[in-house]
Amino acid sequence: MQDSPDLGDRGGAVCVIGAGASGLTAVKNLREQGFAVDCYERETSVGGAWNWRHDRSPVYAGAHVISSRPLTEFPDFPMPDTWPDYPHHSQILEYLERYAAHFELGDDIWFGMEVASIEPAGDGRWDVTIRSTGGGSSRVQRYAAVVIANGHNWSPVSPEIPGEFGGQVIHANAYKDPSRLRGRRVLVIGGGNTGCDIAVEAAQHADRVWHSTRRGYWYAPKYLGTRPADQARPRRGPAWWRQWRYRRAAADLTRWGVPAPDHPPFASHPVVNGLLPHYLGHGRIEPVGDVTRYDGAAVELADGRRIEPNLVITATGYRPRFDFAAPELLDTDEHGRPDLHLHTFARRHPTLAVVGLVQPDSGIFPLAHWQSVAVARWLRLRVTDPEKAAAVQREESQRPPASWSRRPVIPTRRHWFEVGHVDYLRAVESLLARMAA
Amino acid sequence: MSERRKFRPPRFGSPIFGERGPAEMSEILRYEDWSDPVPAADREVVSRLPDDDAGRPPLLFVPGHGHGAAVFAEHWLGHAAGRGFPSHAVTPRPGGDLRARVHDVVQVAAGLPRRTVLIGHGTGGRVVAGALGRYPARAAVLVAPVLAGRIPPAGRVRLPDPVGGPPMLVVGSPDDSVVTRPALDRAAARYGVAPLLFPGMGHDLMLETSWAEPIDAILDWLLKEL
Ligand SMILES: Cc1cc2nc3c(=O)[nH]c(=O)nc-3n(C[C@H](O)[C@H](O)[C@H](O)COP(=O)(O)OP(=O)(O)OC[C@H]3O[C@@H](n4cnc5c(N)ncnc54)[C@H](O)[C@@H]3O)c2cc1C
Ligand SMILES: NC(=O)c1ccc[n+]([C@@H]2O[C@H](COP(=O)([O-])OP(=O)(O)OC[C@H]3O[C@@H](n4cnc5c(N)ncnc54)[C@H](OP(=O)(O)O)[C@@H]3O)[C@@H](O)[C@H]2O)c1
Repeated sequence: MQDSPDLGDRGGAVCVIGAGASGLTAVKNLREQGFAVDCYERETSVGGAWNWRHDRSPVYAGAHVISSRPLTEFPDFPMPDTWPDYPHHSQILEYLERYAAHFELGDDIWFGMEVASIEPAGDGRWDVTIRSTGGGSSRVQRYAAVVIANGHNWSPVSPEIPGEFGGQVIHANAYKDPSRLRGRRVLVIGGGNTGCDIAVEAAQHADRVWHSTRRGYWYAPKYLGTRPADQARPRRGPAWWRQWRYRRAAADLTRWGVPAPDHPPFASHPVVNGLLPHYLGHGRIEPVGDVTRYDGAAVELADGRRIEPNLVITATGYRPRFDFAAPELLDTDEHGRPDLHLHTFARRHPTLAVVGLVQPDSGIFPLAHWQSVAVARWLRLRVTDPEKAAAVQREESQRPPASWSRRPVIPTRRHWFEVGHVDYLRAVESLLARMAA
Repeated sequence: MSERRKFRPPRFGSPIFGERGPAEMSEILRYEDWSDPVPAADREVVSRLPDDDAGRPPLLFVPGHGHGAAVFAEHWLGHAAGRGFPSHAVTPRPGGDLRARVHDVVQVAAGLPRRTVLIGHGTGGRVVAGALGRYPARAAVLVAPVLAGRIPPAGRVRLPDPVGGPPMLVVGSPDDSVVTRPALDRAAARYGVAPLLFPGMGHDLMLETSWAEPIDAILDWLLKEL
């Protein structure tokens, strides 16, 4: 690999930001459509969130995926069928490294290079400012299109809890392995997959564990009998029937004092954890409500109870960040929420797209693959048949958002990009069919 | 593996929900793979590697019905390796249906270090044709392919469009009594190419005394396409 790509105007080439799963599949699929690609990655290797060597990686030693292999892998590059149903995070990294090597994507990736800004240069083209993370000067390159694949699980968000706390507070992002938990009294805040995973690890290693959630959820198991639950889950058929099946499969944790869900099934991101009921049943996890205040050695809860942990782990999620793009480019509102067609296409910039900004009830990779196929074909169509591209754009603008993101969800930040993978893929499929027609 | 059957949910296509329509059988919505993935199985892979890695793409040969990987080990694998191509042949699981065989081929191809060239002979050509819908091969060669008809125990015939648009080559003999000239022409037309013909040879081109001619032509074509 050379030190830096050619300076200046890159002609018809496309710039991809990030070499995590989404960036890798974007590079591959753009190349399949005949595009020259420059991918910039601020870290020194591929894998994004799954690369535990990266400081910003949110994975912890014990993390295994929550979607089973067939629902997690790229549709045109299966994981080895001898791998476990729910591979370990190190296997996911290995898989992404093999994907990059197999399709020889490394030739197009510039490591240690951060995209500092993207600006429209007129004519649908983009001026991209790239900065070496090792310091040094920045430079500007002009591209025909920009595909953002910067991930949305790396900028941690912590709750603002009033008062002073005598113990230690860390975000789950900084939790790496159970050695941190040994001999501690741990309070885990947050009922997403991270919060539940860490509560279980704490149950196995800490002295005492409280798990605080501000609402009840539908807690799905990893297995129904010996079958991965997501493989057994029906994807077609009447909504009432699918909901009924989901209700039946979910664990009812109210016996142990966990609140009942305050929303119907599928209105929150699936929590998949077969061990949570187990450790509640063993009394190793004590469920508690919302935290209202810190008071020295104590933490005050919504019901007025006081507990005394010495380590608080906030597993309260992440927020998307596009520091390199002016808010209007992605129609980002004052809360930082972008508004994109299919969570992918910038509404006012036909040569700007985001891949991987979805949160499905399956793995993200298959959706990122089809998103990037759609982006690549769209960019190709604009070049080969501008009239048809314009017609497709007109038709697409009529597509009601409810058709690709049908489900009503509880209105918190973590559900901004929630989609059902079947509805979503159907919409992408019909866009692909429209472009091919 | 037999255990999993016990926990199967009611399947769609059952009378309450009606038959699944053709629109549901897409490459994107893979209900069957999501709910009933092909289980792992032993696959025999025979390999011949060149002495030096010249950066050429790996070749994966897929035998037809009644043959195993050995049919390529006889001459073609070693010869292709001698010309600098890492060469492999897979015997898909015995008794597997078309879906399982396609799975086996894609598993082996994706497990090789680089984008792989798929080369199928006879009914192995149909397996390769299926795999091309699932894996963006570097290129594909169908040798005396049997694309229509039955693969035991029962395979539906449906040839997907190759993903990633790989270069395609169809090779055969006008004197093959198994795959007739019109069948060969139809196979080639399906992929918009003309067949490359080796008159005087029979169906098993890789076992004939003049086995070197077709494999050399295939490798020459590959070197030109890559
Ligand atoms: C604990 C945890 C477990 C998860 N488990 C699952 C799971 O089971 N299944 C699943 O499908 N998903 C899971 N996810 C979601 C996970 O985010 C996705 O699987 C996937 O990693 C998203 O890939 P991405 O490429 O979109 O983003 P990332 O993996 O975050 O990659 C983005 C890349 O862009 C780079 N980048 C960002 N900004 C810039 C810039 N300005 N310039 C240059 N480079 C930049 C980053 O360095 C990074 O390498 C999990 C997430 C977490 C936090
Ligand atoms: N094993 C795995 O594969 C695995 C593990 C971890 C994460 N993941 C994935 O990674 C992504 C991020 O997951 P995550 O669990 O880190 O984050 P998340 O899904 O955003 O969950 C955050 C949790 O914190 C709660 N919360 C947020 N702000 C709060 C506040 N101010 N006070 C109290 N509670 C608050 C949320 O409650 P509300 O519901 O009320 O918003 C939610 O329960 C998800 O896509 C997830 O599936 C996968």
